[in-house]
Amino acid sequence: MSYEALQTYWWIIVSLLAALLVFLMFVQGGQTLLRQLSKTEIERSLLVNSIGRRWDTTFTTLVTFGGAFFASFPLFYSTSFGGAYWVWTLILFSFIIQAVSYEYRTKANNFLGRKTYDTFLFVNGLLAPLLIGTAVGSFFTGSEFSVNRLNITNIADPVISRWETASHGLEAALNITNLSLGLALLFLSRILAMLYFINNIDNDSIIKRSAKTLRYCSSAFLVFFLLFLALILTKEGFAIDPGTRLVYMEKFKYLHNLIEMPIVLIMFLAGVVGVLYGIFLGSFKSSSRGIWFAGAGTVLTVLALLMLAGLNNTAFYPSTFDLQSSLSIRNASSSEYTLKVMGWVSLLVPIVIAYIWYAWKSLNKKKVSESDLENDSMKY
Amino acid sequence: MEHFDLALVDWSRAQFALTALYHWIFVPLTLGLSFIVAFMHTIYYKTRDEEWKIMTRFWMKLFGINFAIGVATGIILEFEFGLNWSNYSWIVGDIFGAPLAIEGILAFFLESSFIAIMFFGWDRVSKKFHMLSSWFVAIGSNLSALWILIANAWMQNPTGTAFNADTARNEMVNFFDIALSPTAVFKFLHTVSQSYVIGALFVISISAWFILKNRHLLFARKSIIIASVFGLLASVFVSITGDSSSFNIAHTQPMKLAAMEALYDGEESADLYVVGLLNKNKDNTNFKGIKIPGMLSIMAFRNADAFVPGVNDILNGNEEQGILSAESRIEKGKIAIKALADYKQARKEGNDELADQKLKEFETNYSHFGYGFFKDKEEIVPNVPLTFYSFHIMVALGLFFILLFAWLLYVSLKDRLVKNKLLLIISLWSLLLGYIATELGWIVAEVGRQPWTIQDLLPVTASTSHLSVGSVQTTFFMFFALFSVLLIAEIKILITQIKKGPEKGGSHV
Repeated sequence: MSYEALQTYWWIIVSLLAALLVFLMFVQGGQTLLRQLSKTEIERSLLVNSIGRRWDTTFTTLVTFGGAFFASFPLFYSTSFGGAYWVWTLILFSFIIQAVSYEYRTKANNFLGRKTYDTFLFVNGLLAPLLIGTAVGSFFTGSEFSVNRLNITNIADPVISRWETASHGLEAALNITNLSLGLALLFLSRILAMLYFINNIDNDSIIKRSAKTLRYCSSAFLVFFLLFLALILTKEGFAIDPGTRLVYMEKFKYLHNLIEMPIVLIMFLAGVVGVLYGIFLGSFKSSSRGIWFAGAGTVLTVLALLMLAGLNNTAFYPSTFDLQSSLSIRNASSSEYTLKVMGWVSLLVPIVIAYIWYAWKSLNKKKVSESDLENDSMKY
Repeated sequence: MEHFDLALVDWSRAQFALTALYHWIFVPLTLGLSFIVAFMHTIYYKTRDEEWKIMTRFWMKLFGINFAIGVATGIILEFEFGLNWSNYSWIVGDIFGAPLAIEGILAFFLESSFIAIMFFGWDRVSKKFHMLSSWFVAIGSNLSALWILIANAWMQNPTGTAFNADTARNEMVNFFDIALSPTAVFKFLHTVSQSYVIGALFVISISAWFILKNRHLLFARKSIIIASVFGLLASVFVSITGDSSSFNIAHTQPMKLAAMEALYDGEESADLYVVGLLNKNKDNTNFKGIKIPGMLSIMAFRNADAFVPGVNDILNGNEEQGILSAESRIEKGKIAIKALADYKQARKEGNDELADQKLKEFETNYSHFGYGFFKDKEEIVPNVPLTFYSFHIMVALGLFFILLFAWLLYVSLKDRLVKNKLLLIISLWSLLLGYIATELGWIVAEVGRQPWTIQDLLPVTASTSHLSVGSVQTTFFMFFALFSVLLIAEIKILITQIKKGPEKGGSHV
């Protein structure tokens, strides 16, 4: 593979990890529904134990996504994390409090009390999709930073990437495009959670309540998702001149990308149809298959959106402060050698996915039910 | 402005140290206990003896409580490279990102996929698959440590790498040089084996408490036998790999070795300080206590007559031994930095001849590049007393654990453990000593290598993000408060679970 092909390959791999992460954020969505979907303690316990067996898959995917992004596009890692400091810190903070909450919530003498741990779960469920969505929104709207590699030769102040706003990333939440993506993601994670509950829990009232709440959530999701879509498809985008490598603003750039990359268009449409069909199955048929359609649809849609942001001569992490500081898969990537080494490693990914799938299936053979939990002292 | 920057570096370091030290409370136990659980689970699988099932479940439960908080602190570490060490992330991301990504793909998924089965698989999957899951968890978490330690070892001894002047960063040129560097191999073996010691001490300490309280005697005695065999093997291995690590450090990080031994004036046939105290002198009159003549030379170079350089040799140079002074390295470093700037400028202006000349100048002086960021030569010396005492206490504890495990095993096999109050009390408190030893090990490795993020190539001062000190201070205290609260919660839950003891009869499944 040529260097360019490797960069494209890695952009797709990183996008795929992000897409899987969004799907797996049904765990977060579920954490915001614990109170809403349960009337009794037992019902709440069913909900917690259903997603509780999955939380670390989501968590691991986030860690792997971070590692893979670091390895393949280190300039993004250093610019975005070191720059949009507060957004990322808040996201991470919410994941710290999540990681302990399942394990500790029902343990005796747990210091903070179950309510606090359940609140932790709620906070993570709310903040993670909202803020991650907002941060990803800035892939389309840009941020204020500058990158100058020559700074390394300035002994007194050698930092290469600099954020140019004092709020260090929090400003992204004030942008309507970013915010609509964040909210769309939040409602999507809730939709996926309810579809997962319908699939995974053996309890009629939870299934009924899920199906009903699904309808409200879906309309909210559609509003914000369509708003986001309308905004990015009509806006100017950050294009790169293939000859000079200079970044310039191009009208309808993302719409052009969609038309110029028909495969992405097909993926996108298939993804959206999948999500809608999944929602339909869940809310009107209470079918347990909804999660698979909506899940696969989510992965395809997110993958397509990130390909719009990064491929076809587009700057995936644009700077509105200094257009030429914008990051693209060409200038932000690792060396050809590293991408190649990592390319070999990526060949193992299907094996990893296969055993995750196998492990998942073997545990989900039995649905989560009251009698199932009654006898298990390992439950959350 | 200069002062301002130093505060930023210090707070960024403080935040990283805080996260790493907390993380390192939980990880060794995860690494060690996972294997002990897997052993017990295997014995249960083979014998179908309910007693072993109860033991497996009890230790597994404690494992889970500890695992959760280890994960919580671990995610922060990964992202802190970007958050606080943005310059570092760019300049070495081409190398450093790879092991982190591989850890996620190859190790962490193994661990997290099977951990759910390990906890919830009782009666939900086949007994064999369930037992294997316990092994996958142990292997996964240890593989995870492998990749993280490869990344850390590369910072201490940057092999397989070349600086690319055009991209202004280090780039990987040989993956296997990085993954299989002796520094990485010794670091991994030393670190995981000492984690097994922690796992063993954990089981022994709790079991000793049960015996002292006259509870679950059979359970506790069986647990102690398993743990002391495991611990004895591991602790002997710790001392062997520790010795290999010192040998490696002597060759790759002479300043760290000098700080570990508080050796100021280098000498042939250097002595090893065994027990004693340091004074404030910065020469070889700085130590009062017991020494072993010539032992340091043997440890460092496998030769009783070998010259071991001291802090002053590295600082002021030693022509006879071919050691360049810090001052001239700083000078050469500044030449390298200037040449890089000139090279970039010449390239921009299309002056290829000048560019080639500057590139050559840069490459000639590159091995001193990192020194160019220092103002004062004293900056290259780590905190000597802290490194010295940490190292010596760690070694003493390491040797003590070997004796403890051997003693326990002997007494257990003679079936006299229950009556041996003294040994039980020592065993109970030995866990605390284990934690002290493991944290001291981190200090030796990480304080000892200051001021470098990457040995000789990049100092901490040139590695930070462009943030205000206030931001980093705020997040420092946020993390400090949160980690502390969670640690208290963890300890309370653990103690409560331990007091409850193992489940009776295993009838619930």
